[in-house]
Amino acid sequence: MTKYICKRLFMAVLTVFVVATLTFFLMNAVPGGPYEAEKSISPQAKAALEAKFGLDKPLFEQYLTYLKNILHGDFGPSLKQRGRNVIDIILTKFPVSAKVGIISVMVSLLVGVPVGCIAAVNRGKISDSAIIVIATVGIAVPSFVVCSLSMYFFGVKLRWLPTVGLTTWKHYVMPVFSLSFYPTTYIVRLMRSSMLDVLGQDYMRTAKAKGVSRAVSLFKHALRNAVLPVVTYLGPMMAYTLTGSFIIEKVFTIPGLGGEFVSSITNRDYMMIMGTTIFLATLMVAINFLVDIVYKIIDPRINLK
Amino acid sequence: MVKNPLSFQLKAEDFLPATEEEKQGLVVMRESVGFWRDSLRRLVKNKVAMVSLFVIIVIMFFSFVVPSFYPYSYEQQQKGAENLRPMTYSQAELDRIANGEKVTPHFLGTDKLGRDYAVRIMVGSRISMTVGLVAAVIILVIGALYGSIAAFFGGWVDIIMMRIVDIIYTIPDVLLIVLISIALKGPLAGLSSQAAFGWVGIVGPNLVSIFIVFALLYWVGMARIVRSQVLVLRESEYVTAAKALGAGNGRIIRKHLLTNCIGTLIVTTTLQIPSSIFTESYLSFLGLGVAAPLPSLGSLASTAINGMNTYPYLLIAPALLISLIILSFNLFGDGLRDAFDPKLKK
Repeated sequence: MTKYICKRLFMAVLTVFVVATLTFFLMNAVPGGPYEAEKSISPQAKAALEAKFGLDKPLFEQYLTYLKNILHGDFGPSLKQRGRNVIDIILTKFPVSAKVGIISVMVSLLVGVPVGCIAAVNRGKISDSAIIVIATVGIAVPSFVVCSLSMYFFGVKLRWLPTVGLTTWKHYVMPVFSLSFYPTTYIVRLMRSSMLDVLGQDYMRTAKAKGVSRAVSLFKHALRNAVLPVVTYLGPMMAYTLTGSFIIEKVFTIPGLGGEFVSSITNRDYMMIMGTTIFLATLMVAINFLVDIVYKIIDPRINLK
Repeated sequence: MVKNPLSFQLKAEDFLPATEEEKQGLVVMRESVGFWRDSLRRLVKNKVAMVSLFVIIVIMFFSFVVPSFYPYSYEQQQKGAENLRPMTYSQAELDRIANGEKVTPHFLGTDKLGRDYAVRIMVGSRISMTVGLVAAVIILVIGALYGSIAAFFGGWVDIIMMRIVDIIYTIPDVLLIVLISIALKGPLAGLSSQAAFGWVGIVGPNLVSIFIVFALLYWVGMARIVRSQVLVLRESEYVTAAKALGAGNGRIIRKHLLTNCIGTLIVTTTLQIPSSIFTESYLSFLGLGVAAPLPSLGSLASTAINGMNTYPYLLIAPALLISLIILSFNLFGDGLRDAFDPKLKK
């Protein structure tokens, strides 16, 4: 187990390192460099800026300083929001995104798992077919379609829900709905097929034969085994939620990290792009690492190499 | 005459022509069905898959064929025809109708620059389709070769190659796509101004960078699937036989291993198309997709959001179409998977 954790930890650190390196060299390949966008800048000021941030040094030396700074959590200053460091912006904006993201993940799990089970238990009945149709259609709808259409119908047409900002609980309804839509439909399908698999197993028949009640056999024997594939989906779901937040936050004007990232792309705020990329990548790698270990703990049969 | 049981003399009656009855017994009752025929038969029986295939063909017809003879072009701006409602005409067009000319109606109205929206949607779905198909081919080629090489050689080659795949797999793809498309924008724009690379300008630097990104990142899923198949196949006797006959590694991989996992390859490639379309529309929605004035379903939806209070159809049309495209490809891919899976043989 320790060996496995060490191995996975090594891979995780390696991945973050690769991402950081790629980010650095890709951003250096952008013609003009980070300060090119500042048209008003004089050559002297530009040289002074370059000297200040070490941009006049050889590329490899810059790379080493950059890695060292990252390890200290220093992503440099934002190019567009004067006087603010990238890490400060990330730390103030990220909690907002995290709140919406965590609520969405909870909603997808709390809706997806029971609905998938209901479909599997009622296999072949109308409720099952209805759930399958909705899930199959739902899985094909991109998040920007869900959020823009729900914004149109519930925000603009019916005026039930506010469309901008994130102040009351009502503001959370549409972003959370849009963000959890795809993962929910995915979990429903996953849960249904794995539950059907489990229900056909011999130990379910044994449980029935020895007189275990339907409820106990479903909750204790079936659900525990059927929920395992959903645990593996946790990693990809977190990644989806993080990247989906770019669109949701742009559409609903939520002051989170995703919206900030999108606007830093349009503003060509390279330092912000680099910082956010490394921050989010590290977060995702860490989540994947935890999910893998949790999976190994709850299912000792799986012997991952 | 009593025949000696040890005699080598043959019986004359064994060599008489067969009677009609005997011939009948040798006739094959059912034609033997090959792999392709069998799969096709199952696919045709699958109603959902056939309907999705039909939808895909109709959408392809509208996106690749119709715009070439449609009376409006996607970038043609008509003065005085801005923001028309569906099926309405501008003043100039009404005059022309009054003069007895025939004017094609704007089925979906026009946008705020006076461009016919129906043709923009068609061209937009052409972009989505192209991205989906080209990306699928790129992913197929790279993934299949990579996966089969890793599995065929095994040992250290396999370990190193699959660790690389693991790393790419854990890297959040959208972040890298954003990063790479920003970094590639400049160089590709410069490249398109050079004579030999004029095609880059025609296709559009952003589209090319999307393809490059797919080529760099998206093949890992395919590589894993192919590897697991080849790991099983390489132990089979015909590979040993081919080796004994002196076939080279390249020939074995191409002629024996990859052709034997063709079903998996087709299914995985088909299911890759919707996910590439998904990513392209996502990028276009964020403003990282194809460059204006070329439309894409994602960018059309993104532009329409600002005016959705007054012109909701501008948003609803591309949103529904992109969902329909992805849904049809998903269902068709599922149908293919069922058709190629011998375990489901009826």
